Amino acid sequence: MTTETPSITTTTDDIGPTWEPVCRYDDLRPECGVAAYLGGGESAVQVAVFRLADGEVLAVQHHDPYSGANVVARGIVGTRGGEPTVAGPIYKQVFSLRTGECLAASGRSPRPGEPTDLATFDVLVRDGVVHLARAR
Amino acid sequence: MGAQIDLGGGEALKRRINDLGIAVRCNSQTTQMRPRRGSQDVARLDFADGGTLPVDVVVVATGITARDDLVRSAGLATGARGGAIVDEGCRTQDPDVWAIGEVACIDGKVVGLVAPGYAMAEVVVDRLLGGDATVPAPDTATKLKLQGVDVASFGDAFGRTEGAVEIVWADPIGGTYKKLVMSDDARTLLGGVFVGDIAPYASLRPMLGRELPGDPGAFLLPEGTGAPALELPDEATVCSCNNVTAGTIRSAVTEHGCTDVESVKSHTTAGTVCGSCLPLVKKLTNTELVRAGVEVSNALCEHFDLSRAQLFDAVRVAELHTFSAIIERFGRVPEDAAGPGRGCDICRPTVASILASQGNGHVLEGEQATLQDTNDALLANIQKDGTYSVVPRIPGGEITPAGLIAIGEVAQDFGLYTKITGGARIDMFGARAEQLPEIWGRLVAHGFESGHAYGKSLRTVKSCVGSTWCRYGVQDSMSMAVLLELRYRGLRSPHKLKIGVSGCARECAEARGKDVGVIATEKGWNLYVGGNGGFTPRHADLLAEDLSDDDLLRAVDRFLMYYIRCADRLQRTAAWVADLEGGIDELRRVVLEDSLGIGADLDAAMARHVDAYEDEWKAVLDDPEKLRRFSSFVNAPAMPDPDLAWADRRGQIRPATPEDHASGTTLLRSPTAARTDLETIR
Repeated sequence: MTTETPSITTTTDDIGPTWEPVCRYDDLRPECGVAAYLGGGESAVQVAVFRLADGEVLAVQHHDPYSGANVVARGIVGTRGGEPTVAGPIYKQVFSLRTGECLAASGRSPRPGEPTDLATFDVLVRDGVVHLARAR
Repeated sequence: MGAQIDLGGGEALKRRINDLGIAVRCNSQTTQMRPRRGSQDVARLDFADGGTLPVDVVVVATGITARDDLVRSAGLATGARGGAIVDEGCRTQDPDVWAIGEVACIDGKVVGLVAPGYAMAEVVVDRLLGGDATVPAPDTATKLKLQGVDVASFGDAFGRTEGAVEIVWADPIGGTYKKLVMSDDARTLLGGVFVGDIAPYASLRPMLGRELPGDPGAFLLPEGTGAPALELPDEATVCSCNNVTAGTIRSAVTEHGCTDVESVKSHTTAGTVCGSCLPLVKKLTNTELVRAGVEVSNALCEHFDLSRAQLFDAVRVAELHTFSAIIERFGRVPEDAAGPGRGCDICRPTVASILASQGNGHVLEGEQATLQDTNDALLANIQKDGTYSVVPRIPGGEITPAGLIAIGEVAQDFGLYTKITGGARIDMFGARAEQLPEIWGRLVAHGFESGHAYGKSLRTVKSCVGSTWCRYGVQDSMSMAVLLELRYRGLRSPHKLKIGVSGCARECAEARGKDVGVIATEKGWNLYVGGNGGFTPRHADLLAEDLSDDDLLRAVDRFLMYYIRCADRLQRTAAWVADLEGGIDELRRVVLEDSLGIGADLDAAMARHVDAYEDEWKAVLDDPEKLRRFSSFVNAPAMPDPDLAWADRRGQIRPATPEDHASGTTLLRSPTAARTDLETIR
């Protein structure tokens, strides 16, 4: 497990105006999620940010399309065939943390009008600070 | 019993019952019940043959009869021995009235069994839909459970078919009697009677009306002495409650992808009513799995090839204390991977439970925090909107007026919805994750702990008030309930645990519907185990009688610890006891007679649990690192989730629905949901 702060975990251009700082890398614990609030009135969005065992940081939407509750950051982190995953805390769907894809729907459908998969967010860790980019 | 077993069976049954210390008199017509002199109490029975019997209590059992008064008052005819007379379509004389089951008299007979009742229900449904189904010849196969005596019969138990031959195995010393009724060529099975040993019943009954392979007598020999293996034909009925055939069970495996008994049960409904066919369902399922080349696996998930019980022992013996070490040592490494992966939502909580059962400190300590299932992760019950409910522990359900007021004030101050739970506790709903520590702090100040109303652990000990107040109570069930709840609180197990304590045999605490049921007797406590409510209710089995307080605690200690060590993941005690090889007798040997020699080990494990118990919620309040988990947003730790909204229901909050949002119905916010400013690190 990496304890040092990694540098850039997602390749990108230099920090531009779309990156929003949300917390320090040290605020994240291995294999745990936190929720982050990206403000902005109508365009406000809640993001679930996860630090994996190897130090990599991944982010998906915090809103769970199967329950309608904002809870994804509280799910259990693990792997499925090597793919890092989080399990929805309420109805136990398993999502890829890398692609947001629902890998196991546990026999349920998303709520009406909600997508099957989770949106993902780009993550940039720079100078010990975790930045998120809104979905493009 | 006269309808089920023949004379030989009756003799064997009588011997069995005599062995239990109960005398049996047949054909004894009672002419008089005589009272004690100068009293209303019964003292003696007089029989027609001149014999007498001194008695204290008379129990009259007359079987089930139809409510004929109801039938007659509707102007319908009843049969000579009761029941509404119906035709072969279950219709009474009134074309708008139907009768099925024990109130229907068809061909002059009323059949008091569940399978014919279901068959008749099917017929009525078909008739109502315009069909012309008729009631089939009733399947009168029965398996009776007397206290400690097995009795079963099926088909033509009396050999009334013309030319029928009977093959009998009788062991008067062992009290077993087994009989097969065969066709005149001794090839086709027509019926059977089993007393004392009903092992052949499950596999033979579906063969009714079919040719048996080989010598029929071989099926009556004691188990393992050479009965030929029976290959059931596809059309043979396995589950007669739900009319499921062997073929349906096989295709559940071969065509519908079922890979274990549980999935076969839910796919076919076999074994979901009386459960007596489950051993056969299991056998068929496993045979089919093996035939399909599927290894019958008890692997936990893709990360561990071990079952929960195997992993429990492995972790204990290897003395491992972290998930990382456990998966490194025992995890499965896929062929194309360098390591075993990082677990999942199945194995992580299982390991969390195993570690907690073996005493590894606070469930949110270090890496353990990442293993906990939804509720254990925040030490409260998550609800559908992502908020939590808090259920203060109220041992035994006993609470002071001041305590009631304190809980009421907490609920009022935080704007929580309150209700009394099925376990006789007070549940407060609508708390946000970031509010939990503050709520716990208030509870701690009033002498409460939050309580494990969640998780795979002891929930509550339900009790009646017992002998201190109740005029019928024979023991102090209230004190025993408090003692048990404080002893086993926080104990992590394969599934949730519920305990009930009743102060007398009236059983007001419904203890026999619990994993552990304690019922007071004049001499002490009767201990029942393996009860369940829920989806498949099961009455608990009697494990021991008239125990002293100390003996009761030791027996419960060992029962719970043995269960925690041996059971599968999410296997309640009911299923565990039912599946246990050797059944309740084996459990009695292990728990009461220490037949495995692990008694002291189990006692020590429970003593460690009791000694190490701490208020897990207070421990969070005392630890800033653990407290950090209880924030809404990492960049705005106290800001309520702005999407949360409530509506009014009978004067309390309920989660707002999409319809509320769409219609713009007034949404309430809980009083303390004052919005704090975004705290960003920018």
